[in-house]
Amino acid sequence: MTDIYPRKAANLASRLLNGEAIVMNPVDSTLFNLNETATAIWLAADGRTSLREIVERDVCPQFTIDHKEAMRDAEEFVRALAEHSIFFLETEPLVDSETKRHG
Amino acid sequence: MGNGLMGGLNQRAMDAGVPLAAHVDLTWRCNERCIHCYLDHDDPDELTFEETRSLLDQMADAGVFFVTFSGGEIFLRKDLRDIVAHARLRGFDIKLKTNAVMIGEKEVAWISELGVHQVQVSIYSDSPETHDAITKVRGSLERSIRAIRFLRGRGVKVVIACVLMKLNSGDFAGVQRLAADLDAQFTLDPTITPHVNGDRSLLRLNIPQDELASLFHNPLLNGGKDTTCLPPPPVDDDILDGTPCSAGHTALYISPHGELWPCVQFPIVCGSIRESRFIDIWNQSPQLREVRAIRARDLTTCSSCGHVGSCSRCPGLAWMEGSMYGPSSADCEKSFARTGIPSANLLRRSTPLLVQIR
Repeated sequence: MTDIYPRKAANLASRLLNGEAIVMNPVDSTLFNLNETATAIWLAADGRTSLREIVERDVCPQFTIDHKEAMRDAEEFVRALAEHSIFFLETEPLVDSETKRHG
Repeated sequence: MGNGLMGGLNQRAMDAGVPLAAHVDLTWRCNERCIHCYLDHDDPDELTFEETRSLLDQMADAGVFFVTFSGGEIFLRKDLRDIVAHARLRGFDIKLKTNAVMIGEKEVAWISELGVHQVQVSIYSDSPETHDAITKVRGSLERSIRAIRFLRGRGVKVVIACVLMKLNSGDFAGVQRLAADLDAQFTLDPTITPHVNGDRSLLRLNIPQDELASLFHNPLLNGGKDTTCLPPPPVDDDILDGTPCSAGHTALYISPHGELWPCVQFPIVCGSIRESRFIDIWNQSPQLREVRAIRARDLTTCSSCGHVGSCSRCPGLAWMEGSMYGPSSADCEKSFARTGIPSANLLRRSTPLLVQIR
């Protein structure tokens, strides 16, 4: 399976409330309340770290979940939020200059 | 409180003692002189940019998510763009309230680029004569509309807010049509607020009771007429244990000179961010603690009123009327206008006092 590198869209509003991220897309006023697992992915989604690495590093150890199942759920999650323009899914890791440009 | 995702967020924030929403007045200066305005426009002691930036940092650290920048006219602040840019950098969801007369293409460009969620523009009538008579600025309607077109042209969400009073009471349908023509949302507010200095003479501008009732029963304005105009639900312990509104619980107001109040309509000073850290005021202010302790069963008149479970009672307007435990007559009149059933407060006021003559 090809790695994907989730990147948070620019211009979103977000805040942590009791360890769970609230995310607002001001373009269409959609509001998301992410659970703790989704929040871990959200916080790590910098466009430079692959989803596989995020799951291995931030999700599996913290939430004692099977890696294969976690990867499947994580990919489903980022693809669903990509449809709402919350994430962009890169096929190559961004380099620093691109990270700055995308905000 | 509301249901759904927002209701759930509010409840979680309240349980955790987190201030979720802040209304921040950046200035009380204004380029209009609206006849119903409740603010003092001569205010020489506004927070500087550095103070405002520090406030925003402290609010972000405390968990504030929704920020509304208002005034006065916020575009009179030359550092507005920098303030909004810093707020966006700190992840806030931003709404702006403005009369829009100073918004041109340059301002629209940065509003759009910074991802401002919504711009609310005050429009009182679709007739320039009436609108300009309320703002006391000739040409103000034309300039506000031009700005709304610029904003919509860049895809910025606009809400047209129409405060209704005697002078424009017949004009709301025209404003509603104007909003539709401009592809903007529309909201109507029939509440005139007393001046922050306590002067209640502005209330003479309120529309009469019969017009208020016809508003609530107008299907073009009140899509939920079938439920909101029904008699109130039976009062039970859940209702009596409820909190009156989010002011001071998950919502707050910051004045241009850094005072923290529970709400813009609740001008009780809980502390100053020039003297204390934001989080310390939020957690330790005796005034906020008193506001948070109030339950519906503690209210002097309202606890025995049949409307207590469905009334829009504003604790700030009650406080300005005499007591934060007392009724807010403006909301009593709204409950009566909606349902035709007088509130306990209205009944009490209409009952002649018995005077014992010895």
